[in-house]
Amino acid sequence: MLKKTELTPTELRDSKAYRDWGLTDAEYQLLTDKVLGRLPNYTEAGLFSGMWSEHCSYKNSKPVLKKFWTQGEQVLEGPGEGAGIIDIGDGQAVVFKAESHNHPSAVEPYEGAATGVGGIIRDIFSMGARPIALLDSLRFGEPTTPHTKYLISQVVAGIGGYGNCIGIPTIGGDTVFDASYEKNPLVNAMCVGILDQKDIQKGQATGLGNSVIYVGAKTGRDGINGASFASAEFNDAKDTQRSAVQVGDPFMEKLLMEACLEVIHDHRDVLVGIQDMGAAGLVSSSAEMASKAGSGLELNLDLVPQRETGMTPFELMLSESQERMLLCVQAGAEDEIYQVFEKYGLDAVTIGKVTSGHQYQLFHHGKLVADVPVDALATKAPVYQREKKRPSRLNHQSHHQFMPRIVDATGTLKKMLQQPTIASKASLYETYDSQVQTNTVVKPGSDAGVIRIRHTDKALAVTTDVNGRYLYLNPRVGGEIAVAEAARNIVASGGLPLGITDCLNYGNPEKPEQFYDLDESAMGIARACQLFNTPVISGNVSLNNESNGEAIYPTPMIGMVGLIKHQRDITTQDFKHAGDAVYVLGETFSDFNGSELQKMLTGEIAGELFDFDLVTENRNQRLLLRAIQKGLIASAHDVSEGGLITTIAESCFKNGLGVQLKSDLPASDFFSETQSRFVVSVAPKHQVVFEKLAEPYVTYLGQTTADDRLFVKTADQPFDLAVSFAKQLWEGALPCLLK
Amino acid sequence: MKFAVPVFPGSNCDHDMVNALRDVLKMDADFITADATSLEGYDAVILPGGFSYGDYLRSGAIARFSPVMKAVAAFAEAGKPVMGICNGFQVLTEAGLLPGALQANRSSKFICKTSELIVANNQTQFSNAYAADERIHLPIAHGEGNYYCDPATLAELKANHQIVFTYADNPNGSIANIAGVMNRAGNVLGMMPHPERAVEAILGSTDGLGIFQSLIGAHKEGVHA
Repeated sequence: MLKKTELTPTELRDSKAYRDWGLTDAEYQLLTDKVLGRLPNYTEAGLFSGMWSEHCSYKNSKPVLKKFWTQGEQVLEGPGEGAGIIDIGDGQAVVFKAESHNHPSAVEPYEGAATGVGGIIRDIFSMGARPIALLDSLRFGEPTTPHTKYLISQVVAGIGGYGNCIGIPTIGGDTVFDASYEKNPLVNAMCVGILDQKDIQKGQATGLGNSVIYVGAKTGRDGINGASFASAEFNDAKDTQRSAVQVGDPFMEKLLMEACLEVIHDHRDVLVGIQDMGAAGLVSSSAEMASKAGSGLELNLDLVPQRETGMTPFELMLSESQERMLLCVQAGAEDEIYQVFEKYGLDAVTIGKVTSGHQYQLFHHGKLVADVPVDALATKAPVYQREKKRPSRLNHQSHHQFMPRIVDATGTLKKMLQQPTIASKASLYETYDSQVQTNTVVKPGSDAGVIRIRHTDKALAVTTDVNGRYLYLNPRVGGEIAVAEAARNIVASGGLPLGITDCLNYGNPEKPEQFYDLDESAMGIARACQLFNTPVISGNVSLNNESNGEAIYPTPMIGMVGLIKHQRDITTQDFKHAGDAVYVLGETFSDFNGSELQKMLTGEIAGELFDFDLVTENRNQRLLLRAIQKGLIASAHDVSEGGLITTIAESCFKNGLGVQLKSDLPASDFFSETQSRFVVSVAPKHQVVFEKLAEPYVTYLGQTTADDRLFVKTADQPFDLAVSFAKQLWEGALPCLLK
Repeated sequence: MKFAVPVFPGSNCDHDMVNALRDVLKMDADFITADATSLEGYDAVILPGGFSYGDYLRSGAIARFSPVMKAVAAFAEAGKPVMGICNGFQVLTEAGLLPGALQANRSSKFICKTSELIVANNQTQFSNAYAADERIHLPIAHGEGNYYCDPATLAELKANHQIVFTYADNPNGSIANIAGVMNRAGNVLGMMPHPERAVEAILGSTDGLGIFQSLIGAHKEGVHA
């Protein structure tokens, strides 16, 4: 291997090589003039490039994130730590967070997705929680090109490869296909854990002389400066980005997880703090731990376990090698901790200590190679208030709703069921172990996944959701709908929404029109969260999701967790018995702009987004939850993409029941995507009580039958086809496309 | 009845198995580390599912060399019941305690779903709680569950009624639809489906109970073959 010589401070200044690491000239100047009062050396400039990246510092999104509602009496830990924590009673708490791995997955889809899963799992167990569920929210281009098919198969394989091996069930998520994501797929992974509140950990390094212990995998040259890479735009001309992607080892992480949880549970008296080495690796974890505690820190890089020879301080500090954690442990208790990791065959090495003062000092081969204020790294990144301009696409929208002309209702339904976004995703999620840990009550393919909490009567409902098309037409209302739809999924499962995490996936915030989308949708999300009492407790931001200048749809993925107080309230979407009454809760209008039908019939998404009212939404959700808790509901399914008829068809499939329904609506309105609706079925003996509770907000449609026939008489033409045939189309579409 | 559940680094269904044994079946069950050398005092051994040693190289190929497998072999040799579920099945074939091998699924993908099984032999200590040819539903979750053996071995398995469970709708390409086989002596069973995932109604199926009940019943009667 060639011996690399690093640029001197003056060479770095003159060559402006820091630009390649994502530092701007102004940021470099700030560092030189204000922060250090001197020229940074090569290592120091590298540390700042990682820590001041959007991924670590949120420098572009901070003003936006401030708008989020993060309060709520249930919140035990809000944004800022590895993951947020919410009280679920009985001294227990739920921990959850989502993180994007979009850029790595575009370049190396298997490892990109796998390490996305690995990273989010570490965030959860670093809080002291045992991970109990994974979800994945995926966005791809239309599954028609060989490249997109390759991305889909590899991303799905990467998620399964990691989650299956480590033994955490993947119980939900959502997958959507749209040309908007063709070159910039989205891979957002969410992890949920539970813990006893007494076990809550913090990522802090406090106490003069306490030891900083490095545990887990050795450090290699993989993913160097990945945080800066993840914060940059893609460009076809650059083909050098593959080396910035990390490689995952789920077996190693399984051992690391068990060892860390053992330390947290059995050695809590000597454990001061624990943090995952994620984006910007060793520098980010150590600087954040020290900064949070108001401490100084000193590390000897010669002691860092290394997988390769001749690694420079720059490489050691910015490597994003996976499956590593940093612990702060009371001085003198190191051996106690080493023994735990030794049992699992893992490296555990003291690499430094907490110092007095506030300096962050790195030693390498006996020399001081970096000496900078710790807060400058962790909290003093510049914050940008970006310019905001209403995008021209919104100024030229048609005020009219798209009016579909349906000449063959049954034929249109058949086609709808085969749209990639509507079709069954079983061929994807059946490659994930959804049942390991034996707590999964409601498996993937439902509105929300449900896991029971062992030895209690409680369960958790979890979901991910967002429809980027709605946000493209109206970022603020689309943001409100994203939260509303996630909450609808939770409620349909019998849960009370507790809180959210998010991955904010947008284009380049330096473009005023892109920043408008981010800022407006954040306001929509904030408003909806407040109304539903679902504070934002964690999340991440992924900007610059652009390819050759074209941004993706604004896509703030909402991951929501709800509490089901009694397991008898767990509700699924499938019709249960022939002869049950079928209702639609909520009113239906002719709302087609942004709908799957508009896309299917016209090939595009256009026009002003339809009206949406959060108050109506909240009322309908509360109403359904009350009916579920009273034991009146046999099945409940949220009405979303593809409209009422798609929802009805999906409710028929699992148990092979038919329906005989009648409505005053025209057939076309059965594809409308009016929000705030559910399809529910009710046993005959509960009909009177249910109607009394839900009128005037419900409409009776008819009954479920034992016949293999979906029949809906509408104001014009009927929907009429065999359920088994419809199911075959719905199930077969995606496997056929992905062949 | 006292069960031993060996835990290899990377096992991930060990807790599920112990929970099923303790909480549902009210049996004694202990986790046994991979470096244990004795299984004295136990009445049955169940090797759990997971990814022992990451399943690097080949599923179960490294686990078979761990000290506890010597003890498992001795335990089996003594005629006591040994069961391997999923990765545990793979370990048993690698260790030579069961014939055949498990290859990658025909689809080359991991498959997690409920599979319908036929109880092909209900005259065993693992399956006598079921009716002959009873159809049961158990979850499967594996990437390498495609059972293979050569024609001579298959003929032997059939002749000696060693095929205990078959798939009604073969999900992975297994020869003769085999989901679970036992050794000739009838005290070692390997199966890819997960009975421990099907012991509570809230999780969708209790069809797995029969396997444990068969073992417990056989133990009560003092039958070991």
